[in-house]
Amino acid sequence: MSAPVLELINVNTYYGKIHALKGVSLTVEQGEIVTLIGSNGAGKTTTLRTISGLLRPRQGDIRLNGVSTLTLPPHKIVEKGVGHVPEGRGIFPALTVLENLEMGAFLVRDSAEIDRRLALVFSIFPRLQERMHQRGGTLSGGEQQMLAIGRALMQLPAILLLDEPSMGLAPLLVEEIFNIIRKLNSEQGTTILLVEQNAQAALQIANRAYVLETGRILMSGPAQELLHDPRIIEAYLGL
Amino acid sequence: MRLRRVNPIKEILRPLGQLLIFVIGSAVIISAFVLLLALLLRPTRTDIDIFQVSLILLPQVLIDGITLGFMYAIIAMGYTMVYGVLEFINFAHGEFVMFGAFAGVELLIWLNAQGVLRTSEMWLALLWLVLAVLLGMSVGGALAVSAERFAYRPLRGTPRLVPLIAAIGVSFLLQDTMRFLQSAINGDFYRTFPEFGPFAQRLTLFSLSIDERPINIAVQYKAILLISFAIIMLVALNYLVNATRLGKAIRSVAQDQRTASLMGIDVNRIIALTFLIGGAMGGAAGVLWTFRFTRADPYMGFIPGLKAFTAAVLGGIGSIVGAMLGGMVLGLLESFAASYFSIFSRGAFGAEYKDIFAFGILILVLIFRPQGLLGGKTTQKA
Repeated sequence: MSAPVLELINVNTYYGKIHALKGVSLTVEQGEIVTLIGSNGAGKTTTLRTISGLLRPRQGDIRLNGVSTLTLPPHKIVEKGVGHVPEGRGIFPALTVLENLEMGAFLVRDSAEIDRRLALVFSIFPRLQERMHQRGGTLSGGEQQMLAIGRALMQLPAILLLDEPSMGLAPLLVEEIFNIIRKLNSEQGTTILLVEQNAQAALQIANRAYVLETGRILMSGPAQELLHDPRIIEAYLGL
Repeated sequence: MRLRRVNPIKEILRPLGQLLIFVIGSAVIISAFVLLLALLLRPTRTDIDIFQVSLILLPQVLIDGITLGFMYAIIAMGYTMVYGVLEFINFAHGEFVMFGAFAGVELLIWLNAQGVLRTSEMWLALLWLVLAVLLGMSVGGALAVSAERFAYRPLRGTPRLVPLIAAIGVSFLLQDTMRFLQSAINGDFYRTFPEFGPFAQRLTLFSLSIDERPINIAVQYKAILLISFAIIMLVALNYLVNATRLGKAIRSVAQDQRTASLMGIDVNRIIALTFLIGGAMGGAAGVLWTFRFTRADPYMGFIPGLKAFTAAVLGGIGSIVGAMLGGMVLGLLESFAASYFSIFSRGAFGAEYKDIFAFGILILVLIFRPQGLLGGKTTQKA
């Protein structure tokens, strides 16, 4: 079997003296949706930022398709195929929707290729095409989330990191976003690592899941199993 | 999907149009104000016809003010661009101007010693001048990049006051380094711009007569050259920022560094590049400044730097268009103050009080409109 798309081995990340990730190990295989659930402050965002190089682990290794990315700066990790949709979406508010999408393809110099990718993103998010010339900052929360995902797709990433796509969205929109994530995976074959507080929704679309608590992986397993695990139900599903 | 292509001609014409509006707009407003004041004061003065004197002085004051305004505008680019990407005020920028000035002047002094400067031919003299400006740009740019790499980058992420104080330190360091170098090598710490070429000649625009007295309205070639250099640089900068891939990277870093890095942009490289561009424009401004005022000395960058900073704040720091407007307003105000203060006050205040305007404006803007004339947010397009 070939190496997993993404592999974290005993990763330890610090914010100054605060030990945020305490030996996190996880893998994401080609074509999977893997979700990382946990409460506020568990280290979910820290994990994603460590993967994309915004934070440096003090210990451990991160491998993309078997190759370590530890020494690479964020922009090189993007080149290697990590598409990170950051917490809070990171839209450029003063740029139009189109310009935001173009920023996603910043590393692509061939304009025909950029057009092809734009067409792909617009086919997934027709709403973005309607709002093409609107400034990013004027979009609704859900549209901004679509834009953030669309922009990451412009990179045609080997793995898409989604940081709380449901944050601040109305329930109906959450459902829409999760449907899109599921479709991205099933139709485009996009490999996804999804970080969520909304454990219920995340577990329903994921293949596998990890539960993170205060910087440690507490449990892991097939999403369907965790969805029915009494401990998970009590701690995260609030039923 | 062709809609997203930029139109290069538009990107060149737009800043040109903006400059034209700023120059004419501020010139007309300030002139009208001064002439009105002169008209009102006319009955109170028996010694001179103050309105007529004001009118006679006006063309030269305008030309001087516009020239100065362009100089402030190109120096202000260094402040405003660095502020745009880092929200950091680089108080050592005036020293990049000074180093650029010395580089250009030293080159010309050396060329003069070789005997090649003694030409009255315009195009040849112009070539040497362009060479000096290019050298000033390289030195200013290289110095800015080094300051960023060795003094500011290690301090990134510290409280905002820390790099600010470091910048003041860099400023003193550079001033005294140059003073030491000049004293050690030349025995004196200042240098004089060599006279060469036909730049001091005047081009007569038109003549008019007031009370049978013929008045020639003339511009020195020097002023025309200074303004042309400045326009070329400002338009080129606008083009770079608004119409190129690199400019797109600069703008995205200005808006959100973390997200820019997630787009595959090397943020450190873009920041270094911003310093390079700002420093190069500062270096060029230094050479042009000594070309105009003839003397390069280690402390020459300080006051023009502060004024260009004021110009940047006045226009809205972080905005390139704002810095052009701020520079122009400040240059004109200063030129008007220098000429009209003593006339209007019967000699009680001389031209030496002109700086009150620049720094008075700084305080007023900071109190009443801290975002500047054109500033909305700090990081908008252009």
